[in-house]
Amino acid sequence: MLVEALVLSAILFVVGTFGVLVRRNAIIMFLCIELMLNAVNLSFVAFSRFMGIEGQIYVFFVMTVAAAEAAVGLAIIISIFRHYETVNVNNFNLLKW
Amino acid sequence: MTDILFFVFAAVAAGGAFGVVLQKNPVGSLLFMVATLGSVAGIFVLFEAHFLAAIQVMVYAGAIMVLFLFVIMLLNLGHDYRRDLTRGLGMILAFGVTGLMAGLLARQFRGAEEGLSLAHVPGPEAMDALLAEKGAIGALAIPLFTDYMLAFELTGILLLVALVGAIAIAKRRA
Repeated sequence: MLVEALVLSAILFVVGTFGVLVRRNAIIMFLCIELMLNAVNLSFVAFSRFMGIEGQIYVFFVMTVAAAEAAVGLAIIISIFRHYETVNVNNFNLLKW
Repeated sequence: MTDILFFVFAAVAAGGAFGVVLQKNPVGSLLFMVATLGSVAGIFVLFEAHFLAAIQVMVYAGAIMVLFLFVIMLLNLGHDYRRDLTRGLGMILAFGVTGLMAGLLARQFRGAEEGLSLAHVPGPEAMDALLAEKGAIGALAIPLFTDYMLAFELTGILLLVALVGAIAIAKRRA
């Protein structure tokens, strides 16, 4: 079951990357980043079944960091929305070359 | 039985992931994401990570997704069905990067079954013994509060900083 779980994890990660690159809605880009974090969590848990409990502890920390990241990221999205009245990242080009 | 459950959960997780990317409406994407997170929690249970499955459902599918939904509702983006795809060079770049990544991963997995050596690791039996001895929570909590104490405390500080930062950023007048 380990290899199947790793394949699923790879699929989730690639789909998440594709979403971040293709979609321009900031909230959906954030969701795709969460998807990538979850893919990594899945492979950690799959490996922890064979290699010891440490993998699960890392998942615990990844989840905490993901929660903190979601809170700050959504605050930034709210702040951007106040300024531009949209969350489409095509409109945020102030820092573009 | 476990294998059948695994493939059901895996199918729902992968389908939900595609749904997140393909769905136009942010609320729809969010619901697909909840399905994905729920099935990943199911896979965690199959790998005997019961505590992580519980916090996956409570923290991820519960708290974080509700936070996303709250922001969507607050900004009134729930009726947005316009296409928001990147165009031109960005699209080519996206397909190129994703294709390259998928190709490299597929190459890694070809022959992974033989290449993966699990001879020198404890294996599932050792994990089962550990879980039977300490319980699903104890097995995770004892190393967390001894070997990983510093990281645990730093995580607490990180959460405090994120809390203060999120309030400070969201409150500021534009």
